[in-house]
Parts: sequence; structure tokens; C-alpha cells
Amino acid sequence: MKPLIVILSLAVLATGPVSLQAAGPSVPLDRVTVDVTDEASLQRGARLYFNYCIGCHSVQYMRYNRVGQDLGLTENQVIESMIFTTDEDGELTAPGALITNAMTPDYGEEAFGVEPPDLTLTARVRGEDWLYTFLRSFYLDEARPLGVNNTVFENVGMPNPLWDLQGWQEKQVDANGDTRLRVIESGSMSGPEYDRAIRDLVTFLSYLGEPMQIERQRIGLYVLGFLLAFLGLAYLLKKEYWKDVH
Amino acid sequence: MAGNTADKIQGGVLGWVDARFPLSQLWNEHLAQYYAPKNFNFWYYFGSLALLVLVIQIVTGIFLTMFFKPDAELAFASVEYIMRDVEWGWLIRYMHSTGASFFFVVVYLHMFRALLYGSYKKPRELIWIFGVLIYIVLMAEAFAGYLLPWGQMSYWGAQVIVNLFATIPYIGPDLVTWIRGDFLLSDATLTRFFALHVIALPLVLLLLIVAHIIALHEVGSNNPDGVEIKANKDENGLPRDGIRFHPYYTVKDLVGVGVFLIAFFAVVFFAPEMGGLFLKPANMIPADPLVTPDLIPPVWYFTSFYSVLRAVPDPFLGVVAMGAAVVVLFFVPWIDRNPVKSIRYRSSAHKLNLAVFVVTFVVLGYLGLQQVTAFYGELTLRFAVMYFLFFWLLWFHSRERSAVFSLVSFAVLVGIYSFYDYTRFDPANAQLLLTAWLLPTAYLFVTMVVPVFARNMGRDRPVPERVTA
Repeated sequence: MKPLIVILSLAVLATGPVSLQAAGPSVPLDRVTVDVTDEASLQRGARLYFNYCIGCHSVQYMRYNRVGQDLGLTENQVIESMIFTTDEDGELTAPGALITNAMTPDYGEEAFGVEPPDLTLTARVRGEDWLYTFLRSFYLDEARPLGVNNTVFENVGMPNPLWDLQGWQEKQVDANGDTRLRVIESGSMSGPEYDRAIRDLVTFLSYLGEPMQIERQRIGLYVLGFLLAFLGLAYLLKKEYWKDVH
Repeated sequence: MAGNTADKIQGGVLGWVDARFPLSQLWNEHLAQYYAPKNFNFWYYFGSLALLVLVIQIVTGIFLTMFFKPDAELAFASVEYIMRDVEWGWLIRYMHSTGASFFFVVVYLHMFRALLYGSYKKPRELIWIFGVLIYIVLMAEAFAGYLLPWGQMSYWGAQVIVNLFATIPYIGPDLVTWIRGDFLLSDATLTRFFALHVIALPLVLLLLIVAHIIALHEVGSNNPDGVEIKANKDENGLPRDGIRFHPYYTVKDLVGVGVFLIAFFAVVFFAPEMGGLFLKPANMIPADPLVTPDLIPPVWYFTSFYSVLRAVPDPFLGVVAMGAAVVVLFFVPWIDRNPVKSIRYRSSAHKLNLAVFVVTFVVLGYLGLQQVTAFYGELTLRFAVMYFLFFWLLWFHSRERSAVFSLVSFAVLVGIYSFYDYTRFDPANAQLLLTAWLLPTAYLFVTMVVPVFARNMGRDRPVPERVTA
């Protein structure tokens, strides 16, 4: 039976690691490695998010205080740096509330042609590389209503909210026919600084997608350790019982 | 009867219970004095493991039901609530989603074991039939459950599958409306799928599993040698090659449980999405009836049959072919009429047939996940044909066939699909078509024609009297 087992396991292995992302973008994605255990990076990413993104993009499945706890922030820091909305009574939104914003779907659609999506799970849908590349791929395009286009997401409704950091890019086609984006008007950050800032932001988005991912892997090690011990004992028990079976 | 009762009363609490309920009797008949062949191997773990997964699914399912909201407006958010706000909710949910895939892994291996050792053959036909019914109910259960998170893949996957019924002539469209409970997939569909998933189908599943095990314990287990251990009993009427299920197989299965749980929790804790196979990225987007995803593949455990569906150009015939691919399993005990049960003593031609079937099933599964291209489409068609040819060959290898019958039936089969190829021949992709034509043809040639000339290849071997080690 050995060959059959081999065939079977090979077949399973062959199909196993296939990534099933739907039709991808037309440009190759830049790779990014994010470390969701890096608290400083998460905090920098959160700062960018709550300064630049939250106005349009809610995180409606997450709570402010959960983000605060996971990122090592005090409740006062959460209230001061993340909460900009009020509840129905006109009071400042409570730290235990879900992270929503003041933009209504109708307003978003009127302003951008499409309702800005909630970003809680975007890192899980699109992947980190996609986000990293997308946020660095805006370029000036007179043909678009807001004057900006994106090579990763053609004709996206979103302008570049980070333009004062990155500056403005222009799309250029070189002799080989490859398109390149070049900064023609610099922002407050240099290229590498901006890349690092976006990596922080993507790290934060990755955390938002699955806030328990660190805990999950930490606990997983203990569980597997326990199960290995269990397996060892079970094996010895089996051997003991079966020694008189011939 | 009275004396019998008086005897039992002696034994304290157990005696008290036994006088009123056959507890010891059930324990003995199904565990302590159930004699199982002593030569079970690797493949015999998957029955008890399937029970383990069932328990995992029921227990995690109960907890999920406490927090899930079966409402189109709330379902998606309630799943994220479970993932983020419910204590250990993420673990329960990942165990349930991973459990669904592992259920199929285990059940496929369990079914394959039956194919290897002829466990469906007389007197175990009913065990097999209950098993196929369990498999079908499990598919329905998985399908209903997949709709509940109300993500894009939930929605559009269900849309595709439910619409398969629309291809049925005359009643199709009305039938689909009846299934959905609405003119489109909506809250009405979600709530009824919830009812099916959490109560109706699990009840049927449990009943079928009980029937499966009762039937098994009535006739006794088969084994890797396919030898009936009941045919050789000692002076006490106990099978010489049998050992008591408890404690021998309970402790042995414990080892299987250990290995299984390590694999299971490795996925739960370190790869719950399994690269998109177990949880699809697109399902992290709430269902949107107005936006159709680019690619809507079913979950991996359905894709082999989905490929059979896609292999046939006509939608209704495709559905019929897909249905036939499942229904044919019911007939396996009567298709394979070879008296030799175990593959160990079957001909090389049969061994090859089974190996090709494994490859076919896996390749069809892979193709079912892909966007259709000319190349993949052609492959899908050929492997779908090979899926059904497996069952023909299973019958063909029931005994050694004459040279004339082998050659004539080979020519007829190749002729049938070659004629179909002739009708759709297009010089533009002649090379692809002709190369792909070689796949089923080589398969049939090696398993039907070669044994005519190499007689050893088609010959079964003698089955021993007793089980071997």
C-alpha cells in the first residue's frame, strides 16, 4: 500500500499551497514583510490611520479600547488620539464602541462615486503586498475627476490622502515600454521614509484583519506541545496493551 | 426472565441500571466484547476520527449558535463579533471552519479505505450504502453551513449551487424559488439554511451514523486482508484473528487521535485559512447581490464533482453527470463483483486502476478551483471521462477477461469518445485535443489491453486462510 500512500500525499501536497486569490492586479506587487508583534510599528500605523484614513474608512468590527489594549495605549491616549466622533447624545463616543465614522454611504458615494469601504478585513481580502503597493501607486491623471489615478487599482475613486507625505507622482513609460512612477513634487517624507510609513500602516491593517493572530500562534505552540506529549503517552499505552497480541 | 433480573441486581449502581437498561450489554456488544480483526493498519483510523470530528463540529457548533445571528443584516457582523469580542470565539470558529474541511479529509480517506480492501462487498453492502448517504448529507450540511457567514463566497457559491436546480426542465425555475424561499438569494434563504444546518441535517446525520455502526457491528469489520475472521473461531466461539475492540483498538485509536489533533490544531492555530482553501479571502467581504466575484469556485471538497459538472457543455446534462458521479457510488458493491476483497490479492491491473482513480479525483479537484481555459477545459473533460471509466474498469476487473472481450470493449469505449472528439474537431486546437485524447486511451490501454498480453497483470492472487500479521 505504500505507493498509494505516497501518491495520495503527493497529490494532496501538490494542491495544498495553491493560493486562490481571484484575478490579481495588472502590475506586479511589491513585497512587504510586516511584523504584527512590533508594537512601535503598530502605533505608528495606527497614528497614520486615525489621522488620514478614519474620516472615510470605518473599522466597524473593532472597538477603540481593544486597539488601545493591544497596542499598549492607555484609555486616555485612546480617547485623545483616536476618537473624533460623538454618539447620539452628543457625547464623545465611548472607548468601548465600535470604530465608525461620520461619513454616510450616500455622502461617500456622492463625493467619490463609490462608498468608501470599511477596512477591518481588507488586509485579509487583498493581502499585505497589495495594500503596500496600492498605497504607493497613486499618480497624477488629468482624466480622473479628482486628478489622481492608481496603477494597482485602475480608475479608483479614492484620491491620495497621503500626498503631503509622499508628494505627487507621475506615470512615465521608459524605453522598454515599462511604466514607472516618479515623484515630481516631493512631500514631507523621502521615498524610503514614506515606504516605511506605509509598511507601518499595512502592519496596522494586518493587525485589524485578525487582531488575535499573535495570541493564536503563541497559544498554538503550547497546544501542539501538549498534544505531542499526549501522543507519546498514547503510543506507550498502545505498545503496552498490544505486546500480547501476535 | 425474573431470574435473569435477580442476577443482575447484585451489582450496585451498575446492576440497578442494568436491570432497567442494557448498559453493560451495549458496552460489551459494541466495545468490550466486539471482536475486531487484529491486523488493522493505518487506513482503519479514519472511522473513529470521523466520529471525533463530528463531536468537534457539534460542540463548537453549539457555541457558535449562541452568538451567531441568522439574519442577512447581522450575520456577517456577528461572525466578526465572534472572532473579536467573544471570549475564545476565534478559536471556536476556526475549529469549526477547519473541522469542516478535516471532516471531508477524513471521510475521503475512510471511503478510500473501503475501496482498497473491498469493505463494501457482501455482507457489508448496507454499511457502504449508509456511508454514501452519510457522505451526501455531509455535503448538504457543509453547503448549508457555508452560506451562514454571509460573505461574498457564501452568497455567490450558494447562488451557483442553488441555480443548478434551475437547469431541470419544466420545474427548474419554480423549484429554485421554492428552495430559496424568495426570488433571489436573501434573508429567507439564510434563515432556512440555518435551520437545516443546525438541526435538520445534523439529526439525519446522527441517525445515519448510528445505522452505519449498527450495521457494521452486525456483520463485523473487514480488514486489510479481506479475510472473514468469523470463518475461523476457537473452541469458545471467538474468532482466532479477532481481538476485543476495547481496550486494544481504543488505545490504538488514541494514537490516531493524537496524530490527527496535531495536524488539526496546526491548521487551526497556524494556517486557519490554509492558503485560501479552507477560508477564502473573498468571503471576508460581506455578501453583495450586486457585485459578482470574478471567480466563484466551491470549497475544495466539492471541486471534483464541480469539474464533472463543468466538463459537460449542456447545463442540465452537466448537472446529471455531476449527480451520476455521486450516485454511482451507491452501486459500487454490485459493480465490483470480484470475490477477492483486498487489493493485496487483486491483480496489478486493478491496483493501477485504483491509483489512477486517486490521481483523477485529485486532478479534478484542482481543476475545479481554476478559471476555465482551453487547456484546463480539455483536461477537465478527459479526467471527467476517466472518473466514470474507473467504475467501468471496476466491473471489468471483476474477473479475468478473455482476449476478445478485452479488445472489443476497449475498441468500443475508445471509439465512443473518439467519435465525440471527431464531431468537435477544430484544427486550431488539434494538438491539445489529440494529446489529451491520449489520457483516457492510455488509461484503458494499460488496464484492459496490456493484461491480454501480460496475463499476470490481470490475474488475482490466492487469498490466505487467515489474516497475515
